[in-house]
Amino acid sequence: MRVFFLTFLSFFISTSMSWSKPILIVYAPDYFTSEWGPGPSIETAFEEICDCDLKYVAGDLLPRLLIERDKIKADVVIGLNTDVTLKARTLDVFIPHGQDVSELTIPIKWTDRIFLPFNWSHTAFIFDNTKVDNPPTSFEELLDLPNDTRIIIQDPRTSISGLAFVLWVKAVFGDNSEKAFFRLAPKVLTVTKGWSESYGMFTEGEADMVLSYTTSPAYHIIAENDKTKSAAIFDEGHYFMAELVGMTKNAKEPELAKKFMNFVLSETFQKMIPTANWSFPANLDSSKLPEGFAGLPLPQKVLFYTEEEVEHYKDIVIQEWLTAFQQ
Amino acid sequence: MLTLSSIVYDVNKFRLGADFRLPKSSRVAIIGPSGAGKSTLLSIISGFTKPCSGRVILDNEDITLFAPGQRKVTTLFQDGNLFPHLTVEQNIGLGIRPDLKLSSSQILLLEAAIKRVGLSDFSKRKPNTLSGGQQSRISLARALVRDCLLLLLDEPFSALGPALKSEMLELVKDISIEKDLVLLFVTHDPEDAKQICDLSVVVAEGNVYPPVCTTELFLNPPEILKAYL
Amino acid sequence: MRLSFVGGLIVISLIIFLTFGTLLAVTFRMEGFSGLARYDWAVIKFTCLQAFISALTSLILAIPISRALVRRNFIGRRILITLLGAPFILPVIVAILGLIAVFGRTGLVSDFLGFFNLKPLPLYGLQGVIIAHVFFNLPLAVRLLLQGWLSIPAERFRLGHALNFSPLNFFKYLEVPMLTRFVPGAFLLIFLICTTSFAVALALGGGPKATTVELSIYQAFRFEFDLSRVAVLALIQFFICGLIAILSFWIALPTYQGSGLDRVIPINFQGRIVDFIFILGSALFLILPLFMIVFRGSHSLFLLPEAIFMAAFRSICVALSASLLTVVMGLFVASLLVYHSKKFEIIGYLPIAASPLVIGVGLFIMSYQWMDPARIALPAAVLINALMCVPFVLRAILPTFIDIEKNYGRLADSLRMSGWTRFRWLLWPRLRRSVGFCMGLAAALSMGDLGVIALFADPNHSTLPLEIYRLMTAYRMNDAYGAALLLLLLSVSLFWIFDRGGRLDANS
Repeated sequence: MRVFFLTFLSFFISTSMSWSKPILIVYAPDYFTSEWGPGPSIETAFEEICDCDLKYVAGDLLPRLLIERDKIKADVVIGLNTDVTLKARTLDVFIPHGQDVSELTIPIKWTDRIFLPFNWSHTAFIFDNTKVDNPPTSFEELLDLPNDTRIIIQDPRTSISGLAFVLWVKAVFGDNSEKAFFRLAPKVLTVTKGWSESYGMFTEGEADMVLSYTTSPAYHIIAENDKTKSAAIFDEGHYFMAELVGMTKNAKEPELAKKFMNFVLSETFQKMIPTANWSFPANLDSSKLPEGFAGLPLPQKVLFYTEEEVEHYKDIVIQEWLTAFQQ
Repeated sequence: MLTLSSIVYDVNKFRLGADFRLPKSSRVAIIGPSGAGKSTLLSIISGFTKPCSGRVILDNEDITLFAPGQRKVTTLFQDGNLFPHLTVEQNIGLGIRPDLKLSSSQILLLEAAIKRVGLSDFSKRKPNTLSGGQQSRISLARALVRDCLLLLLDEPFSALGPALKSEMLELVKDISIEKDLVLLFVTHDPEDAKQICDLSVVVAEGNVYPPVCTTELFLNPPEILKAYL
Repeated sequence: MRLSFVGGLIVISLIIFLTFGTLLAVTFRMEGFSGLARYDWAVIKFTCLQAFISALTSLILAIPISRALVRRNFIGRRILITLLGAPFILPVIVAILGLIAVFGRTGLVSDFLGFFNLKPLPLYGLQGVIIAHVFFNLPLAVRLLLQGWLSIPAERFRLGHALNFSPLNFFKYLEVPMLTRFVPGAFLLIFLICTTSFAVALALGGGPKATTVELSIYQAFRFEFDLSRVAVLALIQFFICGLIAILSFWIALPTYQGSGLDRVIPINFQGRIVDFIFILGSALFLILPLFMIVFRGSHSLFLLPEAIFMAAFRSICVALSASLLTVVMGLFVASLLVYHSKKFEIIGYLPIAASPLVIGVGLFIMSYQWMDPARIALPAAVLINALMCVPFVLRAILPTFIDIEKNYGRLADSLRMSGWTRFRWLLWPRLRRSVGFCMGLAAALSMGDLGVIALFADPNHSTLPLEIYRLMTAYRMNDAYGAALLLLLLSVSLFWIFDRGGRLDANS
């Protein structure tokens, strides 16, 4: 009898404890919520200041949003990419973020009122600097490399980095992008479906260069004390990619959501990004970056397409890529 | 005891007609040329084949539509009488209860049957470790424990040597007498028929002739049988 | 046999629901109808071509290998047979890395060729896809043919010896009828598996030429979110697979094997050296990549974070549940086919043609309105994994089941063995070997499965393959290899426990 009463009591207490705290539901991509992503530490930090319970729902963002539409349970959606925002925007499920974006530490001017960037990087080819003596310093040089160079890239149809890559080529070469693809194709060892497979093959030594990000070497420097990986910096510039966060219209906890958006630009959050997400924080002064990041070679020129431009060029440039690579 | 009433089986240009009665406690040989329909006849009686018309009556019960398992008939085939993955004991036990959940009195019955056929030392072995003759005895032991009225044999001892076959036949005869069974025995060998069967049924050219006394049959075989012999 | 009828129908309905029903759910959500792009036809062509060549190669190699394994007894034979199951059950990403480590430009084979100043093997291209597919499917083909060998009664071999058969005679009179019975089904199965694979094709195929229909489905869903394209492509895949299925059924000629008494007689053919070459060759081909993973991952294995082991535990639970469920489902369908009507057989093979991605999406669409999909993620994974294995179970046990009934059905009927009794005393003892293989296969496949879980995973309830991907996405390659090794060890162990070397020499 006593056992029964105690069990009931503890059950009651625990449920009322979770009752009392509001729940903030955040949709995030899978890598974000894994224990090696930034998710867990962000959750702990936010829960300290909000007196709430942050719950992640992991999975592919865009498909989920498109299926759920009006029944979206999220208060906040984090992890969307700059190149896929148009589709998300036309769903009309987000409200303006209300944050001041004038002081963001990103290389382009941010005008979007709905989506807020929280981290960024550029596309770049990574190589092993002990094996490659003369890395290309421009895209032209890359395309002039001998045909037995081995490069691995990702498929723009299944990978966000692959998509960024073809847009990069378009931004650099304009109308000559198809010719550029034709020049590149013989040097490409293989095309993988995602970034993981490419990078894995690269680190195993299968290729001389891999399409990745300018921030990739930071991981090796900081986590493995390995200085052998470097990014090839091109004169023509590199393509900018950012990850975004947004608040939903039908949020159950709009106050909490707003609080979270403030939190995103706060120093606490931003300081976690470099070593949890291996990219540049969008609102952190470079003096506050960890050492491995501060010393990274960066491009002088940054290229970027607005979402309308992306929508306009996407199919064209993917088709060009296909034509060149299907030989 | 067993009556086949106007049985007709007519499929694929093969026709068999049968109409006869067998008395209680009879031992009957079924003899005739190959392809005449002996096995089909047994199949109809045991329930694996349905006749096109007619009735099968056993002990005043019309069993024409009964499933093989429902009939009080035990059949011994030419082969495939035993489950290779079960022991001697289990194979015989299946005759008592198909789920092998035997009560203590049933276990006694099982042991008695094993002893009767002389396989007590082998009860835990699998059939493939025993000789042909011993395997035949397992089937017979199963016939012993089954609650049946009719025992059908379809040349089950054809693979055994003459002495062994003779021994098995005697065993069959003893069991039939002990359990007061009607025995139907398909054979090619007139000597087998003469050894244990007092009656004989000739099956030839699609006809099943009424039972006659065995000795008389072989003393004065009819024309159809003469050619065969 | 009413239980088998009802149970079988329930399972059949479930299969139809999960394959067609989910497709319908996806179709209902589509807006507008888009036709096929021009390059989609090239995709279809490539899909069929690589699947055909891969299946053909796998089977052609499997015949001498299985023959060699059956007639040579050597130490470690059972271990080899179990290990042969490993490639099939590896998660794709692990297998790719292993293959690259052996066949890639910096792999063992290239080093070996380098000794003779030969250029490294060109792995990336159609040949890469075929190598990878053969790597995955040759073991399956060998196992299925081994079952075929076991189905020939020992008495036949004895008869052959008595008639002084030459090896060619043995081949003609014993092996060919068996092959006619088993090869078409095996070919169909492997063809379908290759048709629906995609990550391999893309990574090793060299580029977008090597795109399969499944990849297009993946792209249409996760990237373009064009449900109409998803539905159209899924239907096309169904159609292709259906066509091949019908073709195979038309060709396959089941023959009556006759009964035997479970005796196994060793056969001493000539050609010992040839056998040895095949056994060694297949062992090297299949085991070296695994060995490379072991080599690479062993440093990190014991340093893995606790979360990985939790995920491993969860994976094991899902795997065991799925394997049990798939066997139950397979047995019900098989009994429906054997006792009632063979007409349903093709439905049992449907899951192979279906895309797990589409099934997952369909389930998601059907469920998100009423509950949090993350809650049903693990049960959905169990269900879908079980479903995907039903065709294998069916292929493995159906011929044996038919044989059992042909040889002993009459006897069992006359002894009034029906329902559970028949299963317990007749079917199960003789099916146990095949069922063990199926359970092992299903368990191992579930362990390595990534598909469904990725769609609606709860971050706190992930499975091991998902964790491997997460590690890789976070740059942590060494840990990923360690986790991959863990996955490999667990999958192979599960497979071994259930299968125990196929019990080739056992009298069950």
